Amino acid sequence: MKKIFYILVIFLFKINIAYSLIEVDITRGNLDPLPIAVSPLHVDPQSDDYKDAKTKELGSLISSVVEKNFKSTGLFNPLNKDAFVQKPDIAHLKPRFEDWSLITAQALVTGKLLIKDEKLKIEFRLWDVAANKEMIALAFTTTPSNWRRVAHIISDKIYERLTGETGYFDTRIIYVSETGPRTQRIKKLAIMDQDGENTKYLTLGNELVLTPRFNPTNQLVTYLSYFRNLPRVYLLDIETGIQEVVGNFPGMTFAPRFSPDGKKIIMSFAKDGNSDIYTMNLESRLVEKLTEDSSIDTSPSYSPDGKYICFNSDRSGLQQIYTMKSDGTSTKRISFGDGLYGTPVWSPRGDLIAFTKVKGGKFYIGVMRADGSGERLLTENFYQEAPSWSPNGRLLVFYRETKSGKNGEGFTAKLWSIDITGYNERELKTETDASDPSWSSLLSK
Amino acid sequence: MKFNKKITNLLIVLISALALSACSTAKKSGGGGSSDVYSGSATVEYLASGVKDRVFFATNKSGLTTASRDTLRKQASWMRKNKKINVVLEGHGDERGTREYNLALAEKRANAARDYLLTYGISGKRISVISYGKEKPVNSASTPLAWSQNRRSVTVKTK
Repeated sequence: MKKIFYILVIFLFKINIAYSLIEVDITRGNLDPLPIAVSPLHVDPQSDDYKDAKTKELGSLISSVVEKNFKSTGLFNPLNKDAFVQKPDIAHLKPRFEDWSLITAQALVTGKLLIKDEKLKIEFRLWDVAANKEMIALAFTTTPSNWRRVAHIISDKIYERLTGETGYFDTRIIYVSETGPRTQRIKKLAIMDQDGENTKYLTLGNELVLTPRFNPTNQLVTYLSYFRNLPRVYLLDIETGIQEVVGNFPGMTFAPRFSPDGKKIIMSFAKDGNSDIYTMNLESRLVEKLTEDSSIDTSPSYSPDGKYICFNSDRSGLQQIYTMKSDGTSTKRISFGDGLYGTPVWSPRGDLIAFTKVKGGKFYIGVMRADGSGERLLTENFYQEAPSWSPNGRLLVFYRETKSGKNGEGFTAKLWSIDITGYNERELKTETDASDPSWSSLLSK
Repeated sequence: MKFNKKITNLLIVLISALALSACSTAKKSGGGGSSDVYSGSATVEYLASGVKDRVFFATNKSGLTTASRDTLRKQASWMRKNKKINVVLEGHGDERGTREYNLALAEKRANAARDYLLTYGISGKRISVISYGKEKPVNSASTPLAWSQNRRSVTVKTK
């Protein structure tokens, strides 16, 4: 983890842009996922330690990470490898398209790798089976321990080529790991790859921690910690482990998020029973108060251009969503449906605001346009909240508690994701119970 | 046997119908949602004889009820008699709200209790406030009763 990931060279062989090539439309729920064959990467016999099973299997491991990523999108249907006729090395050179089209593959991924002098060289190609054409060919050189990240980067490149959208596989999710009974819950900050691998715990569980959020520009995280029983917003560098309190507030600070340029933290500060929204510039340490209202103002989130802020307030009497300019002027209520609205969070694309809605004893995750129009509820459950956007603005990750026992004394908390089309709802595997997810930006931008 | 079963079923229907109507009347009579304030004593502890340690709140509200004011007046007079005792007021919410809003709301509840103690002559220096939001429920069940017991401000002696 400490090792800085580097890609020595990216060769852009060629990208054929032809009109007839396959495209995946992700703007509607895709009921007809694209059949894709991901051939195991061919391992060059000249690799160091070629006899070692670990090296030999690396080609299959990488292809299964890619497959798992594709499957998770709901847009692709990775085909069973047992049906593959062509050997990986030959397919990579020149696929026999008739064979692949016979097993209904519309797209084919091939590749090969070589490990030499502690360097891993990987090359892959994406083929359009029906058009008999190569769509992308790319090569990477990195350290062998980075093979998972290369698999995610390959997935991103293919996803981008086929959907026209930015990928989101080479990313991480930070969340709160939960263990123990409800009345004595132990919470730790945890981080994992987007596909649930490489889980690491960042705090020990000695104090309550909540709501970690990534800086969109680097590997800093802001969160709420009850260290020494003083609930304050903290800043954590996940590479170095260094933590610091944000600002010098004489009371609880909470609900932190970064500005899109990563230079400010926006949060709530509670004083004498009144919560207002503040920003603090991380360089100049300058603190600015943005709301001045005797009601609760919390859960602020910037628009991606930094010009607006959406937030949660009960100034109308009950929890609703408001927007204002980033200087605190032009405040406008945007949620008007039945029920309560909380946790607004602005899409990185700028078009939508995701939220939690509480209505009739149920919790919904939904989206609305920035002016409050076009409200769509994506998923309903007994209890779920805290949506966080994938960096391409196509998915939301959130957490859900599922009750058990006669009176719901038992429960599990898990992370879930859903496409903003409302399709492809699925659970993200975590080692422990989990809550408060936050999705990182692409690691390799 | 069959007949018995029918009667049992009928009874269940009747009982649930009664329960439903009880719910709806309770809501109406409460006026403005103050009806779901916990008024029992199952979770209550005592700071001294006759001095309850906690007050309860309605869903999404931070206002004090008559019973809560009574409890806080007793706490104030107990603090006046015991000048060396300082307290922390721990504000809490139920699980039926979003986490961040609950942190703010629970802080508001604890401060409502604090303000009342201040008006009864207790120095602000003797009272600190902390919000736990919905993080520390006293009853882990998912029932209206449990939620009402969890919406609370608890006065705790500090050492």
